[in-house]
Amino acid sequence: MSHSSATNSDITQVFQQSYGRVLANLISHLRDFELAEDMLQEAFVTALQKWPESGIPNSPAAWLTTVARNKAIDRLRRKSKWEDETEADTILEKRGVEMTPADEIPDERLKLIFTCCHPALNLDAQVGLTLNTLGGLTTAEVAKALLVPKTTMAQRLVRAKRKIKQAGIPYRVPATEELSGRLNGVLHVIYLIFNEGYSATSGENLIRADLCSEAIRLATVLTHLLDREPALDPDAEALGLLSLMLLHDARQASRVGTDGSLVLLEEQNRTLWDQDKIAAGTAILDQAMALRHSGPYQIQAAISALHAEAKTAADTDWQQIAMLYKGLMRSEPENGIIQLNHAVAVAMAEGPLAGLALLEPLAETLQDYYLFHAAKADLNRRAGWPEDALLAYQAAVELTQNEVELSFLEGRIAELTKASN
Amino acid sequence: MKYICLIYDTEEGIENMTQADFEAEIGEYMAYGQIIEQAGVATGLGEALQPSATATVVRSRDGKTLTTDGPFAETKEQLGGFYILDCEDIDQAIKYAALIPGAKHGCVEIRPLMEIPG
Repeated sequence: MSHSSATNSDITQVFQQSYGRVLANLISHLRDFELAEDMLQEAFVTALQKWPESGIPNSPAAWLTTVARNKAIDRLRRKSKWEDETEADTILEKRGVEMTPADEIPDERLKLIFTCCHPALNLDAQVGLTLNTLGGLTTAEVAKALLVPKTTMAQRLVRAKRKIKQAGIPYRVPATEELSGRLNGVLHVIYLIFNEGYSATSGENLIRADLCSEAIRLATVLTHLLDREPALDPDAEALGLLSLMLLHDARQASRVGTDGSLVLLEEQNRTLWDQDKIAAGTAILDQAMALRHSGPYQIQAAISALHAEAKTAADTDWQQIAMLYKGLMRSEPENGIIQLNHAVAVAMAEGPLAGLALLEPLAETLQDYYLFHAAKADLNRRAGWPEDALLAYQAAVELTQNEVELSFLEGRIAELTKASN
Repeated sequence: MKYICLIYDTEEGIENMTQADFEAEIGEYMAYGQIIEQAGVATGLGEALQPSATATVVRSRDGKTLTTDGPFAETKEQLGGFYILDCEDIDQAIKYAALIPGAKHGCVEIRPLMEIPG
């Protein structure tokens, strides 16, 4: 590809594609997030100056790594300018910076994932840091994606990066005995990123596709990296999560109506479902289940797969879905939301009354959760009790901030009020 | 890298301990001392503190010393002791902090010590 006339947008695209990998490599040598990021930005500026004439190099990642490393060496040398020259060399040696150009740079992203998702960092910081360093999103983009002010996000990221350095949060794949616990933390962060995209907690858009794609990309990278580590076994739950996200994402186009309104699963136009994503998600789920290490992400993926298989809403195997929710309840007996989903599945399999009976005991735990009231309203509506349905819809309205969800609930209220007049 | 492990716990728990429980706890701390010694993370620095009711707070303002009854913060869980460990990184510090007997009923806050050059 070493020919001239690379445009700025070509260069930006190549830079973004190599960002996570190059940054991981730089951090592994420099042991300093901020220095690595600064030097990579400078290397990007150099690329913008040189590549339009020279063309994009064959291995842009290696080029960026070498340039950024050399800049780091200059920076560290300048910093110790007034001191003994040999001291600068000692620092560089200690940090493992080599002058040799890298043709092939090793992929160090797995270590970076574990650093960014270290439990000593708070969860918000883990999510922001993962998007920022591995996803290559700028601070402004992360802030926008997570709906927090840019200054808040900037502060959060700076603090997290300083803590990594000052508290000695290591940069490595955890030892086998702690791996499964730590991996769960990583999966949780990726799932949070996906959910933030899939069911935006507030704002005008119900789905922020960019976050969903980013979470899927991260999980894909993670499963590949785990696969490549000879010392690690393939992880069934990592595959389960990837499958789950693909299967959910496949329904994205049908989840929001042309006017931006929310469309419930049973009313969705199934011809809009992305069959390629469904096929990919199902294949990955098969791969996960073959490892015979069941877990919550795989069960949720299996539920999603059953929805994907049903040609029409009426064809859905609710009996099977209710059983899978029961399995999930066993792994997380305290989780009210799973119990709510189980109740809804039972209602679909056996009728609204059976579902309402299961909702009853959840009223206290889920009283602040809008979907509980929305589900209760829907079951009352199906059971032919419009007054109870109306009350529950109104309770749900009080509890949601997402404008798309609000307009859906208000639509249902209008229908019920019209019918009773 | 050096870390201080600050052991926090409710004080009633300790006050209400039977003699046998107290001795068992001391035994566990003795065993812990050997564990960190063998792991090479011990610095020899670590103490148990008298209850927070014995604390005194001192401030110097305009050359005057202001002395009041302590503790500095009236929280449910109080600082009861500490260890300074010399570890490779926070993961090793977490591993040995989790083995401190007090971590089973109270909690341990890990703080890296500031490295002052020179």
